[in-house]
Amino acid sequence: MRKTLISKAVAAAFLLGLGAPIAPLTAPTAEAANTQGMATSFKVEVLNGIHALGTSVVRAGTTPDSFKAALYLASATTGPGNTVYTATGEVSGTNYVAGGVDLTGSPDWIAPTSTGTTAFSTPSNSIVFTTVTLATAFDAVMIYNSTQGNKAVSVHTFGSQTVTAGTFTLTMPTNDATTGLIRIA
Amino acid sequence: MINVQLEADGPITQMDEADLVKSKGSIDNDNEATTWVEYRLASDPNAARAVHRSVHVTLKKQPGVFASGVAASFN
Repeated sequence: MRKTLISKAVAAAFLLGLGAPIAPLTAPTAEAANTQGMATSFKVEVLNGIHALGTSVVRAGTTPDSFKAALYLASATTGPGNTVYTATGEVSGTNYVAGGVDLTGSPDWIAPTSTGTTAFSTPSNSIVFTTVTLATAFDAVMIYNSTQGNKAVSVHTFGSQTVTAGTFTLTMPTNDATTGLIRIA
Repeated sequence: MINVQLEADGPITQMDEADLVKSKGSIDNDNEATTWVEYRLASDPNAARAVHRSVHVTLKKQPGVFASGVAASFN
């Protein structure tokens, strides 16, 4: 159908004395410059709490929130489905306080940034449980926001461990677009 | 001095390292690099339960903690 129309248009042009043939219709070239995608800046700003696509919270200021880390038994089912900190399946033992420990740092997380199209952030310091006994095997840590109603941030697993009168240290990965603890790509 | 717990649920006390036997272990995989140190009583070096155990986990790339931002297409 299109070929027929083009032929008729070319013929009409000659009949009208226009001379030069009409260029055939072609598909757009691959030079189109628009690119679909989520703004990288938006990804960083989500980590910074700038955007509220739904109902948000009233903040007392612009300071970063505070976060905590709790440990979970290897027998527990803690994971991304948990919306807030839970004591269910949490470890217990000498010198371990329910709810875990505060993340340390000022602020608790390295300022969110991006490389390429990936936004990322990682806690500023290692998470340390000092002089504890955790006799039942555990293999996960939940990081949660103690400023915002203990809302869960993430759950990270590792090889099953126990601790006896010792220190459990969780050192963070390199904070970059490939290994940062929280990444939005 | 090393922190020890001689009995399960007992108090944490301290002992001279000379009275203990030390052992170490490690694992290294795509998810973590972990080391641990254990102490057992020198008088019972083969005991199943260590009187001290400390663990250091270094997280590596966490494959499950990765959100992919997608903007919907209209075509």
